[in-house]
Amino acid sequence: MKLELGKIKINDIQFAEKTYVKDHVLYVNKEEVEALVLEDDKLLGCSLDIARPGDKTRITPVKDVIEPRVKVKGGEIFPGMIGKVTPPAGEGRTHALDGCCVVTVGRIVGFQEGVIDMSGPAADYCPFSKTVNLCVVIEPKEGLETHVYEKAGRMAGLKVAAYLGEAGRDIEPDTLETFETKPIFEQAQMYPDLPKVGYVHMLQSQGLLHDTYYYGVDAKQFVPTFMYPTEIMDGAIVSGNCVAPCDKVTTYHHFHNPVIEDCYKHHGKDINFMGVILTNENVFLADKERHSDMVAKLAEWMGLDGVLITEEGYGNPDTDLMMNCRKVEQKGVKVVLITDEFPGKDGKSQSLADTCDEATALASCGQGNATLHFPAMDKVIGTMDYIESQIGGWAGCVNEDGSFEAELQIIIASTIANGFNCLAAKGY
Amino acid sequence: MAKYKIVHYINQFFAGIGGEEKADYKPEVREEALGPGTALVDALGEDFELAATIICGDNYFGENLDEATDTIIEMVKKYEPDVFVAGPAFNAGRYGVACGTICKAVEERLGIPVVTAAYEENPGVDMFRKDVIIVKTGDSAATMRKVLPYMVNIIKKMAAGEEILGPEEENYHERGIRVNYFAKERGSERAIQMLVKKMKGEPFETDLPMPKFDRVPPAPAIKDIKHAKIAVVTSGGVVPVGNPDHIESSNATKFGIYSIEDMDEMTPDKFTTIHGGYDRQFVMENPNLVVPLDVLREMEKDGEFGELVNFFCTTTGTGTATGSAAKFGDEIGKILTEKEHVDGVILVST
Repeated sequence: MKLELGKIKINDIQFAEKTYVKDHVLYVNKEEVEALVLEDDKLLGCSLDIARPGDKTRITPVKDVIEPRVKVKGGEIFPGMIGKVTPPAGEGRTHALDGCCVVTVGRIVGFQEGVIDMSGPAADYCPFSKTVNLCVVIEPKEGLETHVYEKAGRMAGLKVAAYLGEAGRDIEPDTLETFETKPIFEQAQMYPDLPKVGYVHMLQSQGLLHDTYYYGVDAKQFVPTFMYPTEIMDGAIVSGNCVAPCDKVTTYHHFHNPVIEDCYKHHGKDINFMGVILTNENVFLADKERHSDMVAKLAEWMGLDGVLITEEGYGNPDTDLMMNCRKVEQKGVKVVLITDEFPGKDGKSQSLADTCDEATALASCGQGNATLHFPAMDKVIGTMDYIESQIGGWAGCVNEDGSFEAELQIIIASTIANGFNCLAAKGY
Repeated sequence: MAKYKIVHYINQFFAGIGGEEKADYKPEVREEALGPGTALVDALGEDFELAATIICGDNYFGENLDEATDTIIEMVKKYEPDVFVAGPAFNAGRYGVACGTICKAVEERLGIPVVTAAYEENPGVDMFRKDVIIVKTGDSAATMRKVLPYMVNIIKKMAAGEEILGPEEENYHERGIRVNYFAKERGSERAIQMLVKKMKGEPFETDLPMPKFDRVPPAPAIKDIKHAKIAVVTSGGVVPVGNPDHIESSNATKFGIYSIEDMDEMTPDKFTTIHGGYDRQFVMENPNLVVPLDVLREMEKDGEFGELVNFFCTTTGTGTATGSAAKFGDEIGKILTEKEHVDGVILVST
């Protein structure tokens, strides 16, 4: 499967009479976007705002972050959610508006929506402090059931991203990269002397607002399967969860999965990247056992020499992480884990909720319990009403001037457990 | 500029008082540098003065732990030092434990920065490495000259309030404290490089050596359930509406104890959940889903078990440090066994 990915560099977003891209600026027709969001009768209000890197602006509570993309050739973007499921994603040509994002904002569904600061100390920890963000602030109907509200928010973000992506359809991209993974035997033959490497991608699927979708299928309902890495670049995987903000794999991060990106960089040099084993993080023991067995079976069947495993969330999914690690290693396949740590505010407790002897190699994505001072901002997009109860905050953590103390956990994707950031932890 | 003051703790041997036969020597203050203290003062230079040396026999300290600690704390307090130094203890076991104990107490009770030094096999190292910076030494006093520059460097930084760097840079025993830093390359890239090495059989360094977990064996089965006293403990974050003790929605630092006396069920007007790790909607509508009071009362009335304890203990399980969880467990366990004499506990996780 082969995909051409064209990136159109976007340096700014401005509101205008119509939606288009010119000279690296995305112009947005506000009314059209608002009308698109309000097509959903679950939502009463929608307002748009723009946040730029360096602004003294805080965005919270953030639900999802999505990069606008469009399929120029072959398939449709966000298959199973916005686009048709067939032909499958991951082939043809896709254009991305690189450097800008859609950020969905609105009063909290759970406690698990986070903060993006566009400047100040927290900006160092958040990838979206460096992108130009179109914030879509939604207002749900009174008394809306939480799961219905989550879905309405999720779909609003995807619709707006797909709508904005259309503006890049006929623009000549600044860069054009080709990614290709061949069918298993051909791929193995391509670099016979290099070790065959796979990626075990664990999707958050604990349910009850902790869901992820693959071609529109709720991830807790599938069994582990093979995925071509390029499928993810067309939105085959979409976030629908309210996991702790620091750990949230946003839809943006699925587009930009760092393990897939970096495996392609090493592909043909020191590894032969064979593809992705997609699995989930279900809460029932039988699911955990069955699916870790299946992951190991697939790793063996693909003839892999090594795998990288990532998780989304902490605590319960640590058990899936360790089961996958142990069973894959027992098949004779070398494993490196990528995850973040939660050793308590003083950093002295155990970092993970589970462990196994086979977990000899782990790349840390930092520890989420470290606290940080968040200075007051000139502008808040959304509301600060929930800071004290959002994950990472605590009763009394907000000061009168609007500044607050909180754990890194409250920042969107600050310790994301797939290796997207440079943040790491070491023993002192 | 006023000089920084240090107070130095040593044992009877390094004070030149005597060996094993003087190990029951009681705490004593001398306002002069003694033994290793003289070299320390020379190396620290003129910005520092040694206000006092506190001497205590190793056996006396070990056999009168609380009393010796209290006495020494009072002695230290009087001099208001900027830094408290103990040892080095090298491979002297009792001395190492004394240095660790007194350092930990000085830091906790007086808020004064502390440093000591010991050999890695000294039992004091494993007991106190989490709490105290313990500079690495060889197994005998012959290594004093090597150790001194590292101790001096740390003392100077502590006095000036400067950042103490990692164990490799500063040559101390790793405390096992996980500290963030920005690596040169992102996690995915570092992981791939690690995997390439691992597949080749080359040495690699993991970011997180796997800890050994405590495993608690399950208690034996209750023999006489009909007369058993049962309590409910949950990590599901169920609290009275308004969360009176401000238990956190993640990484809890406390637990609560709440009455269920004269209640037949948990009602949503009285109880809610503040847990941040699961979808709360159903529990907010029906808190019995996590604290199953409705069913337990029925069973109690039907005589299926003896008696239900008239309160439940609760905290938030998500993101809660294992250190906090162990502490809560000890405290809750004590209340339920020593005060309530329960026969069994229903632990409701979420």
